[in-house]
Amino acid sequence: MAEELIAFASKGEMLAKSRQFWNPDKTQFWVDSGIPLVIDRREGYFIYDVEGKRLIDVHLNGGTYNLGHRNPEVAAAVTAAMQHFDIGNHHFPSLARTALAEALVTTAPPGLAKVVFGSGGGEAIDIALKTARHATKKRKIVSIAKAYHGHTGLAVATGDERFAALFLADRPDEFSHVPFNDLPAMEQALRGRDVAAVIMETIPATYGFPLPAPGYLAQVKQLCERHGALYIADEVQTGLMRTGELWAITKHGVVPDLLVTGKGISGGMYPISAVLVSEAAAGWLSEDGFAHMSTFGGAELGCVAALKTLEITCRPEIRSMVHYIADLLGRGLRRIQAACPDWFTGIRQDGLVMGLEFDHPQGAKFVMKRLYAAGVWAIFSTLDPRVLQFKPGVLMTPSLCDELLDRVEVAITQAAADARSGRRQP
Amino acid sequence: MTTELPAAAQPGHHAPGEFHFPDPGGQLAVDLLADPAGVPRARAMLQRAEWAARAFARYDKQAVDRIVHAAAQAGAAKAREYAEWAVRETGFGVAGHKVVKNLACSTGLVETYAGHDYVTPRFDPAAKIVEVPRPAGVVLALTPSTNPVATVFFKSLLALMTRSVIIISPHPLARECCADAARTLAAAAVGAGAPDGVIQVVDEPSVPLINALMTDDRTEVIVATGGVPVVRAAYTSGTPAIGVGPGNVPVLVDATADLAKAARRIVDSKSFDNSILCTNESVLIVEDKAADALLRHLKREGAFLLDAGQAARIGQLLFPGGHFDIAFVGKDASWIAGEAGIAVPGTTRVLLAPFDLVVPEEPLAHEKLCPVLGLVRVPTARRGIDAARAVLRISGRGHSAAIHSADPALIMAYGAAVEVLRVSVNVGNSLGSSGIETNLAPSMTVGTGYFGGSSVGENLQPAHLVQWTRLAYNADPAEPFGSFSGLIPWESPAGPVPPYPFASNSAEAAAVASVAGGQASVPAYGGLAHGDVAGLREEIRRLVIEELSALVGGSGG
Repeated sequence: MAEELIAFASKGEMLAKSRQFWNPDKTQFWVDSGIPLVIDRREGYFIYDVEGKRLIDVHLNGGTYNLGHRNPEVAAAVTAAMQHFDIGNHHFPSLARTALAEALVTTAPPGLAKVVFGSGGGEAIDIALKTARHATKKRKIVSIAKAYHGHTGLAVATGDERFAALFLADRPDEFSHVPFNDLPAMEQALRGRDVAAVIMETIPATYGFPLPAPGYLAQVKQLCERHGALYIADEVQTGLMRTGELWAITKHGVVPDLLVTGKGISGGMYPISAVLVSEAAAGWLSEDGFAHMSTFGGAELGCVAALKTLEITCRPEIRSMVHYIADLLGRGLRRIQAACPDWFTGIRQDGLVMGLEFDHPQGAKFVMKRLYAAGVWAIFSTLDPRVLQFKPGVLMTPSLCDELLDRVEVAITQAAADARSGRRQP
Repeated sequence: MTTELPAAAQPGHHAPGEFHFPDPGGQLAVDLLADPAGVPRARAMLQRAEWAARAFARYDKQAVDRIVHAAAQAGAAKAREYAEWAVRETGFGVAGHKVVKNLACSTGLVETYAGHDYVTPRFDPAAKIVEVPRPAGVVLALTPSTNPVATVFFKSLLALMTRSVIIISPHPLARECCADAARTLAAAAVGAGAPDGVIQVVDEPSVPLINALMTDDRTEVIVATGGVPVVRAAYTSGTPAIGVGPGNVPVLVDATADLAKAARRIVDSKSFDNSILCTNESVLIVEDKAADALLRHLKREGAFLLDAGQAARIGQLLFPGGHFDIAFVGKDASWIAGEAGIAVPGTTRVLLAPFDLVVPEEPLAHEKLCPVLGLVRVPTARRGIDAARAVLRISGRGHSAAIHSADPALIMAYGAAVEVLRVSVNVGNSLGSSGIETNLAPSMTVGTGYFGGSSVGENLQPAHLVQWTRLAYNADPAEPFGSFSGLIPWESPAGPVPPYPFASNSAEAAAVASVAGGQASVPAYGGLAHGDVAGLREEIRRLVIEELSALVGGSGG
């Protein structure tokens, strides 16, 4: 079926057309990076290049493929759903949306009471920020320097200027950025009591997963309460059991006023995102329920994908496995690190959320390239390329973990030599 | 039992409950979370089991002993509660007798195997061979309704003793007591340091679910106890299986036997747990010249001798249309007599049903899972052996038989003639062949060997769940054998397995790393001596409390 619509004579022809009709810079970037990947087949934690090269995926698009590519249970649920549902009508109460909202609230930390749906993470962030502004009647938003919350109108302004300034989308008067793990700076930002919300990824992904200092997030929440701001937990990358709990924020003893989920909640099968909102912050849903509209937000097929994803993720067996996987990979990585501590300088780990630090400003790019050659796909951190994002899936088997570690050990050792030789470019 | 994929795995199909929609005008039901077949969940169990097995395979003897003791004691402490629960839930058996079995299969089992070691490598300098025990891994246990909790205890402890992990699929009739019993043992085992997921249980067993578990690559061995279809299905699954066939136990009494003792043992054994064990006697074969005396003793012990007409009536009642009516499974003798309209004394424990010829068309010659004992007189002990062979031609090949005699020649002739793999001598067969009143391996699973279509001919025991890696040196005397003393590749875990995934910058993670020796040059679980575990836990707890109290207010959670 797909062959009738998608046919190229060669990979070269396909890349040329990609440059011509799609995104010349992005297409060329990967070719220049030594990662000429065009993903074809995908299954479980494997992706295959059109030329057949197999890669173990530990990027997972930020957790989108937590449950593996084309998870058979999710695929079966969506396939079955297509016999009955389509995107649905966003104006009316919906079977699937209601069921998903109930499931999300039931499994969430207590206090989160309502759900608003979007079609992607950026939209969900925008919904969260708009909701906070409505609830507080304040306009300012505080986020972390080097934060990343997506590319839509409000979300992009919370993030690094790399993505905002280009499009003249930065709004310094309304959006302020404070350094991560810096409580005095946070207090300074909130002291004026003119801030609607602090938005934080529980572990900032695109910044290379620097870990919140023990107690930091709880204290930020305290500061929010003291200064009349809401706390928005961006759990798009850290949620859905990646840290060994459904939502990473609960490991910090924080009940957020709003919680945003995206990526993995789709099961990798149908785009959907959601904002969980406390009753106190959810006023607009009673005042004017049509105030945020989204034709694709909470599309019913996406709701089905999300329901199945959530059900799988909440099985007690999965939580147990995540703890096993985190332990095995953590030990393995520390063993690899012990052999080259001057190059592989640090491991940031919270469950299956990992950032691997290397002693070179572009260190993770060296490693990414060697990993690719060794059959592993992991990506550098855009906003801190010293750090490799290492995000294995929650359903990894013991033998796949062993294989992954074997490949990683080889690649990291080779990358050390590449970086030291000084001749090679990352 | 079908070997097809469960419906949910086939494109275009979905399991009931996977995705329900109303009939036109019917009731609204969108139920994506429920999955009655439970197959996906069972697969998740297998994957968790794989992780647990990997961890458990590296435990040392000391750690294993601690876990086995804890689990056995937890089971024994609830022996009576589960005995009563099993009778209540299944409607058959005798609670008092089930207590005996539950104890035998918990602390009793530990005592039996106290001197055994299925964990530590063995060295044979003469043969220049080192043997390293390696666990079976992921064991799928199918447990019966007749011996429900005792079998759960038994198989779980065998797994724990050998460092295997187990998923139990109980018989649907006994699923609640079995699930609870499995959880009791699991909690005790994990509390004593076993890896999380070491014992799991299927709450809603079903045919597609068992089929999915049996045919899954992650199941390393199936230990099947139950009816013939279950055992057959296990063997045809393609997964290595230890299954056992049914019994149909002949018991021969000759004139040399101590008839008073024989009578007492036979009645005790036949009435044990209302005769629902596969080891309960089925047909009593008695040499003519001893018959009258034996019958007097049997009556004294509580057996009621039916007349020919009553016996035929009982035969018709138990086997309507030629098949055993499960309504009579494990019911007591008086109740069964009452159903047949036969008045018997209230003290009746066994109904003795005489018949003439051991042939397939005689219902009373078949296995009867209730306290009805067939009775056949034979002119000589020699003819008795033939009758016993005839009983076993009907069913029960490979299983067990009993004999009460003081004549070693007869006992030998009997043992060499009947096609079974164990013969209880001067002991009731129920507890004799199951090793509780003999020195056979105590077992709820009796291997029927090649006679009975099984890969195992012994009573199931821990050794069946161990495989050995043999390091075999060059036989040439010029090549010396290594010195292996003190080389144990296993360890006790340093804390909960798996450890909780504390963030790497937390005080808890730092404490674990520093106490466990930090970097992973240590193979599996750090080089922590057993005595330090409590200290480590205490240290972690202290740090957690410290950190929590450092959180301002700390109310959020």
